[in-house]
Amino acid sequence: MSKFSKILITLAAAALVAFPVLAQPKKSGLGRAALPEEISAWDIDVRADGVGLPPGKGSVKEGEALFLERCASCHGEFAEGTGRWPVLAGGIGTMKDDRPEKTVGSFWPYLSTSFDYIRRTMPYGNARSLSDDETYAIVAFLLNMNNIVKDDFVLSKENFLSVRLPNEKTFYDDNREAAEKHFWNRTPCMTNCKPDTRVTGRARVLDVTPEDMAKGIKVE
Amino acid sequence: MTDSGKEKSASRRGFLAAAGAGAALAAGLGKAGAQGAKPDPLITDIQDWNRYLGDGVADRPYGKPSAFEKNVVRRDVEWLTASRQSSVNFTPLHALDGIITPNGLCFERHHGGIAEIAPDKHRLMVHGLVEKSLVFSLEDLKRFPGRMNRVFFLECAANSGMEWRGAQLNGCQFTHGMVHNVMYTGIPLRAVLEEAGLRTNAKWLLAEGADASLMTRSIPMEKALKDAMLGWGMNGEALRPEQGYPLRLVVPGWEGNMWIKWLRRLEVGDEPWQQREETSKYTDLLADGRSRRFTFIMDAKSVVTNPSPQAPMLAKGPNVLSGLAWSGRGAITRVDVSIDGGKNWQTARIDGPVLPMSLTRFYVDFDWNGSDLLIQSRAMDETGYVQPTKDELRKARGVNSIYHNNGIQTWHVKANGETENVEVL
Repeated sequence: MSKFSKILITLAAAALVAFPVLAQPKKSGLGRAALPEEISAWDIDVRADGVGLPPGKGSVKEGEALFLERCASCHGEFAEGTGRWPVLAGGIGTMKDDRPEKTVGSFWPYLSTSFDYIRRTMPYGNARSLSDDETYAIVAFLLNMNNIVKDDFVLSKENFLSVRLPNEKTFYDDNREAAEKHFWNRTPCMTNCKPDTRVTGRARVLDVTPEDMAKGIKVE
Repeated sequence: MTDSGKEKSASRRGFLAAAGAGAALAAGLGKAGAQGAKPDPLITDIQDWNRYLGDGVADRPYGKPSAFEKNVVRRDVEWLTASRQSSVNFTPLHALDGIITPNGLCFERHHGGIAEIAPDKHRLMVHGLVEKSLVFSLEDLKRFPGRMNRVFFLECAANSGMEWRGAQLNGCQFTHGMVHNVMYTGIPLRAVLEEAGLRTNAKWLLAEGADASLMTRSIPMEKALKDAMLGWGMNGEALRPEQGYPLRLVVPGWEGNMWIKWLRRLEVGDEPWQQREETSKYTDLLADGRSRRFTFIMDAKSVVTNPSPQAPMLAKGPNVLSGLAWSGRGAITRVDVSIDGGKNWQTARIDGPVLPMSLTRFYVDFDWNGSDLLIQSRAMDETGYVQPTKDELRKARGVNSIYHNNGIQTWHVKANGETENVEVL
């Protein structure tokens, strides 16, 4: 191989390493261009860094009135929840408890999630009926019910990122393959794996099975 | 359901009487057709269906299961959720065999009810960090080259979630029924992403449904390009409305919530969106008060479907124990079964296709002498993962994770055949 060829090969290899590019597949030409109006009609998601927040603002006071009217029948007047509907306030500091109370204040890592979710899908059964200002106001009210902002607080696009939720730092990415490494590459025991077997609990005791299907059994 | 339960029980007894051998042996009477036995009127009498004409070909344009299979249905647990529109029902695993779940029995999980969308009114938009934002009709997608068919399980991350603190529900339909296994028809997701042209900082994808919950999940681009699909078919026909007709995302081996139904939008971005279903839900709260997020992969898991509380043991003598195993990390390599609560194990016989990220069927053919059994199964996958016991899992995670409970299930079979969900040490 000539020196020149070697240099070419080396250069080519370096290029591959230095500039990884996706292979350019042949385009099918299917589909059509999305229009800006179409994208803005559907692109309503809001990220934790505030990307996607619309202009607007709303106060705790306005939020309280809206919440009583549109939300309280399920979530309670103080966001404490009714029946099996989600509790949205309280529970801060209970994540290590036997029965943690997961709410917007106690568990949710990012405020943007509340704004995004309420605008996207609430009130339940009448999605997309709240204006952006109304959404800001309801989120402000939820912050107030969780004792994170004061009664006179006004939430806006401008001050949104200044509010942090208390549980943000407790989330970390999936580490099962390291933390639960002992579940891998074990040689499963096949015989005499334990001295005795003891029944420690029965579903029957809790009796929550929806149908009594065990009745009427008879072994022939 | 009491009536239908009786009917089912009665028909099983009828079957056993007709089959003869098992029942006769159990009763110690010797071989079938023992002296003094009366002829079976089902054989000696002419039955209605032997004489009269049945329905013609115009009567059942879309065939349904036999009327005698009316108990084989999805069931829900009313007290689980506040509303039936944001709720779940369960696949009747105890009544199925093989690896494919029939379309009408695939468990349902909706957050805003079942959207009914005319295919000609459905659009898929691809935008964000792409060279060219695009809109596709369903017909456009069906013209893409590279159409494919793949079998995958879909398991809700909350499957078995009610069992973290101990045995609760009597029936594998309820303890393990948030799983189904279907052959999907569609195209690789990467086909539409490459059609739009990914920019170099395209690291994440937001998928959004068109239903009243506008369900959203962030998906790492690596997975989107590796093996995710845009699916419009299931088991040879169009998706059922409950499963996202006319278009859903297929995310092999990963938790069901990410398989966005009624898929209408794909936004390409450089970081996850921290949506409701990946922060407040589908994160795993551990004993130390911290939470794992983005726990997308479903760990290896198995369950004995027969016997189980809804499918008790009915006869001594020859019996077929059956169950399902699956792993989000690849193919199942082995399943062991214990009948003494985990003291001794034997390797089960796997039958049918063994596919990566698919349900896999196993059997143990055995003789039951009528003594109590504590039945368990233990799955292993091609990465070397061995399904843990429930206690090993609790030791690692506590009891408040809700999601990803893949611990070994125990069924207690009693002398009368009744089978119960229990916990053992």
